[in-house]
Amino acid sequence: MSATVIGNKSIKELLDKYTFAQSFLEQNNLVIDGKEHLTMKEYLASFTVEEAEDMALDPHTILMGFEEYIQQMLSFLGEDKSDVESLTINAGKDKTGKQESFGSFTIKTGEIIAIVGPTGSGKSRLLGDIEWVAQRDTPTSREILINGEKPDFKWRFSTSDKLVAQLSQNMNFVMDLTVAEFLDLHAESRMVENKKDIIEKIITCANDLAGEKFERELPITSLSGGQSRALMISDTAILSKSPIILIDEIENAGIDRKKALSFLLSQDKIVLMATHDPMLALLGDKRIVIKNGGIHKIIETTKEERSMLKEIEAVDQKVQNLRASLRQGEILKPESFN
Amino acid sequence: MNLVTVSGPPSSGKTAVILKTIESYQKQEISVGVIKFDCLYTDDDIVYEKAGIKVRKGLSGGLCPDHYFVSNIEEAFAWGQKENFDVLISESAGLCNRCSPYIKDIKAICVIDNLSGINTPRKIGPMLKSADIVVITKGDIVSQAEREVFASRVSMVNPKAIVMHVNGLTGQGSFELGTLLYDKKLDTDNLKGKELRFSMPSALCSYCLGEKRIGADYQMGNVRKINLEK
Repeated sequence: MSATVIGNKSIKELLDKYTFAQSFLEQNNLVIDGKEHLTMKEYLASFTVEEAEDMALDPHTILMGFEEYIQQMLSFLGEDKSDVESLTINAGKDKTGKQESFGSFTIKTGEIIAIVGPTGSGKSRLLGDIEWVAQRDTPTSREILINGEKPDFKWRFSTSDKLVAQLSQNMNFVMDLTVAEFLDLHAESRMVENKKDIIEKIITCANDLAGEKFERELPITSLSGGQSRALMISDTAILSKSPIILIDEIENAGIDRKKALSFLLSQDKIVLMATHDPMLALLGDKRIVIKNGGIHKIIETTKEERSMLKEIEAVDQKVQNLRASLRQGEILKPESFN
Repeated sequence: MNLVTVSGPPSSGKTAVILKTIESYQKQEISVGVIKFDCLYTDDDIVYEKAGIKVRKGLSGGLCPDHYFVSNIEEAFAWGQKENFDVLISESAGLCNRCSPYIKDIKAICVIDNLSGINTPRKIGPMLKSADIVVITKGDIVSQAEREVFASRVSMVNPKAIVMHVNGLTGQGSFELGTLLYDKKLDTDNLKGKELRFSMPSALCSYCLGEKRIGADYQMGNVRKINLEK
């Protein structure tokens, strides 16, 4: 549908046909009350020159934008759940120009890959390459394939369809909303149909991951670190369409990290995890070692490492228990560590 | 030479984004200069110089900063040509959220940050709505959900724009932005006769001319009264 066609349709018709058109008008501060019978063009022409100038309104731009918006929303709604099943990284070079030695590396949904290496070693660049579906056109000259094929460039520019969702230690909630209001807002922007069920599901899952449960009426800014992390993970896993999730360290406090990871995997995500925590790193199937801006090597978690995992988990569990005891106001004794 | 106009609310991260983007150009031997417009004070010129980037600044002082921009961009452009830049980037803060220094056929970038609140996109006028590329910053400190909601709000007021996330600290996304900025084919010889994308607000009242006293007796010219009736 062209901008002219939209201009000639009555506002009522547009709103009936495209429920999402309401938010477009709202966000552009166009008040419709009682003018539904006008065509979009008539409506825009009903402003005097002064009014239009006051609102900094350009009818032509609005019409063109409206058309674009409707097209985008229709194609967004028409898409099924992301069909990304695998991600392939073809080697490029590091900062010094040296060829990366791994050749080609494919990650499938349901896999966890740890990323290790000092700060500034090139983790951001690797992530950047993936987000930008690099085609040998970034500083590393890497190539990214999706499902083994050259990817659609929509991944670069689409606002609603990003390849990578990110969760990091530094992230906070900043909106002044309750948990329920916040999820409602997010669900609305994702255009989900069964909003109520989804919101319930997110809260239940988050509470399942969090050390301490929280109420839906709590302001999101007052959640504890662990609760925030749990809500972010649950919300990202369920509402975000991005098939790849990058986790940048999850602190070992107030959240069951192992459960969180298996939850993400159950949602058919590819999980990349930048971490130096042995428990998390060994949970990964493989780990990418970054050095000098390049992928230095890719290590498969060995059997021996896996067998150490049990011990590490036991130590981790002990620390968790001590934490819980402290929270309960108990006095710690040497025995509490056994 | 390419001209790129970068605009955005104060403290949204314009300078950081520009610096990181230019960094990605240095390897490709694309030479870039910056002209920084501000109102009362800026030391961003020192920041640019430190990074080895040629820069000039203009302070509008007692004038409307966007009017000052339009009256001086031609000269700034000529400076850039004399310096043989491939790209000249103009940076200016949108101070009343209405204006934009964008020029037809000249690439326009709006930088806006995730912390500014989800209602901000609808509060900003042509500066956001008529930009070609909207860069969203500070995504590393808010949740994924808030990033998604914010981006979708931006997209709603400017569906045609490319919306990108750039991290001004790590530079993540700046290389990608850089690939969209410079295009040899978009070289311009001069700005004479080019038009602004949107008119600036009309205002010429006694206060524009230096009046300080309050009261109807002192108000002349283009004055409008607030409506306090419900």
